[in-house]
Amino acid sequence: MSLTADDVKKRNQGLIEEVLKAYPEKTVKKRAKHLNVFEEGKPDCGVKSNIKSVPGVMTIRGCAYAGSKGVVWGPIKDMVHISHGPVGCGQYSWGARRNYYAGTTGIESFVTMQFTSDFQEKDIVFGGDKKLAQVIDEVQTLFPLNNGISIQSECPIGLIGDDIEAVAKAKSQQYAGKTIVPVRCEGFRGVSQSLGHHIANDSIRDWIFDKGQSKAVPFEGTPYDVAIIGDYNIGGDAWASRILLEEMGLRVIAQWSGDGSLAELKNSPKARLNVLHCYRSMNYIARYMEETFGIPWVEYNFFGPTKIEESLRRIAAQFDDRIQEGAERVIASYQPRMQAVIDKYRPRLAGKKVMLYVGGLRPRHVIGAYEDLGMEVIGTGYEFGHNDDYQRTAQDVQDGTLIYDDITGYEFEKFVDTIRPDLVGAGIKEKYVFQKMGVPFRQMHSWDYSGPYHGYDGFAIFARDMDMAINNPVWGLSRAPWKEMRD
Amino acid sequence: MTQGLRQIAFYGKGGIGKSTTSQNTLAALAEMGQRILIVGCDPKADSTRLILHAKAQNTILSLAAEAGSVEDLELQDVMKLGYRDIRCVESGGPEPGVGCAGRGVITSINFLEENGAYEGIDYVSYDVLGDVVCGGFAMPIRENKAQEIYIVMSGEMMAMYAANNISKGILKYANSGGVRLGGLVCNERQTDKELELADSLAKKLGTELIHFVPRDNVVQHAELRRMTVLEYAPDSRQADEYRQLARKIHANAGQGVIPTPITMDELEDLLMEHGVIKAVDESVVGKTAAEVAA
Repeated sequence: MSLTADDVKKRNQGLIEEVLKAYPEKTVKKRAKHLNVFEEGKPDCGVKSNIKSVPGVMTIRGCAYAGSKGVVWGPIKDMVHISHGPVGCGQYSWGARRNYYAGTTGIESFVTMQFTSDFQEKDIVFGGDKKLAQVIDEVQTLFPLNNGISIQSECPIGLIGDDIEAVAKAKSQQYAGKTIVPVRCEGFRGVSQSLGHHIANDSIRDWIFDKGQSKAVPFEGTPYDVAIIGDYNIGGDAWASRILLEEMGLRVIAQWSGDGSLAELKNSPKARLNVLHCYRSMNYIARYMEETFGIPWVEYNFFGPTKIEESLRRIAAQFDDRIQEGAERVIASYQPRMQAVIDKYRPRLAGKKVMLYVGGLRPRHVIGAYEDLGMEVIGTGYEFGHNDDYQRTAQDVQDGTLIYDDITGYEFEKFVDTIRPDLVGAGIKEKYVFQKMGVPFRQMHSWDYSGPYHGYDGFAIFARDMDMAINNPVWGLSRAPWKEMRD
Repeated sequence: MTQGLRQIAFYGKGGIGKSTTSQNTLAALAEMGQRILIVGCDPKADSTRLILHAKAQNTILSLAAEAGSVEDLELQDVMKLGYRDIRCVESGGPEPGVGCAGRGVITSINFLEENGAYEGIDYVSYDVLGDVVCGGFAMPIRENKAQEIYIVMSGEMMAMYAANNISKGILKYANSGGVRLGGLVCNERQTDKELELADSLAKKLGTELIHFVPRDNVVQHAELRRMTVLEYAPDSRQADEYRQLARKIHANAGQGVIPTPITMDELEDLLMEHGVIKAVDESVVGKTAAEVAA
């Protein structure tokens, strides 16, 4: 079955028309703007994004609280993050996103612990500020080695108008200027988790950069200091990235926010360069540091050797010869290992087709890694991307790629069922739908409990995992008995 | 629930005299032999003060907060008997500026219903603060709660404005539930052409001015003693006014209407018709005194 580019485009156009037929007229108008077939040479993917989801379509999006607590703040390991409000949001976000960290949980690190103010009816009626103050006192008593506290607002906080800023200020004073950050990330704000990232970035600006300068941590700078921005260390991603930067001669002074600490956040304005992986969730703070502290930033992509090479050179170009030579040395030293990975897996994976649907940066960033293995990404889309994400994506996708923004449950099933890709990469909510369809699947949010996937080390694991999913013998056994009988 | 239980509610602009009017009227109903429960739905918890001769300190919500949750309360903890055995409960709520008083009203009314507070009585009366500001304060006008709403108002512009707004709230729930507007009660403020204005507004809203309560200082004297006029000066003319109002409300069962609220412009027109305000010269709107002079 070999389709020409025009065949593919025609099929994809037809598919879009077909899924839209299932909707009422108003929904057709809305959803049509989020679906497109990419035309080579266009400056973006031709879809609208960051718009409210249509009720009833089973969107895969999260909320502002998820964006702030789950993504940006949660991985800061030496701070206690209080899920402020009724217990559910905290309970279901417990365990975070497998943001690995080095430290002793419950002593000076708290990422996998869950703190909540567990609102009851009386806290709604009489306000929860007193309870919040009490929670902070208890945190101080039980976990005296915590370096700071963030207050992650759940919906009711905004509804009843609690003054969490006043509590944060009063408690900060009581505890010798301790960093206590109130975050207004109520889940009903915005259209997705994306606003939560922005709110969280702003709260770091307002409560750590602006307020925290007087209590700066002692710091001796070097000309080679960089901060990793937007790596959440899922399955150890940031560690696999950091070593490459260090091997080329740079000094990583902060990780935002995977395995990160409050001191690292505070010291970031002393970096010479911010290197930005997840643009979507942390471009705000990178821009702020550029405007306020004059720190330039570059985007990079550490998925797959081709993109890693490009990125190491782009980062090195911001520094002197020593670093540029370092980058070449690093690239050369890993080259044989990467070649071995490709030699092993490419024959098993070449030509396999992938459909992605993920968050943040991955719908475009992982394409290079698949291509290094000879695979083809034929459909991709963002849960909560904005226009600038789809512009960037235009450089990474092939002509005729199916683009779907904030895809609905129905559209995704229909697309996959018709196209029958060799692999779908999306999240836990989608996983079993497609596996039951007989389509191999990898969770590309959590790396399916594997990882890291970033860096050279990550690529070896990535290649193995994709092979494991696609070439698993189970797929040959998945034919239903009644179908066997019919044939 | 008891056969023939009537549920009514008093709404109106803050400070208009809802609690005073309602307590006096309910005292008169009690005098007529009706068994009454007053549910105060104001965080200030002063809806039963004249009946109990004291401000109820033990509100449902404060006791619930103390006990941990509303499920830990018993009905007798929160219900008090006052003048002529009128049963009184106060919902209570947070101090001004914190929390969610509206949610408190919902919690309290659910508690009362679930715990049989409405058994063995003829009337439940809800006294609700100010305007219908949110869903919580609309609770008493939602399905299976108050059947008739009495809006306490006066000839003042803002009181009439509030009366109109409350009618909008009633209209919203009139079709889903069974709530009706029972009528307007004008609590005299001695403003210009007050009776005519109140009467006209009532007609516009599709209802009636059920009673015009004249201003009398005896109300103030009674209030200072934390008493209703019915108890303090049962032979006074004012006590008779409240008795009349009580009889009218009693006879008004099932007579409520779905209100026809009007627009702000129509309300202004109404005031102009009665010569209370002059027609606005559109050319001077938004201009300072100096600009007009120039």
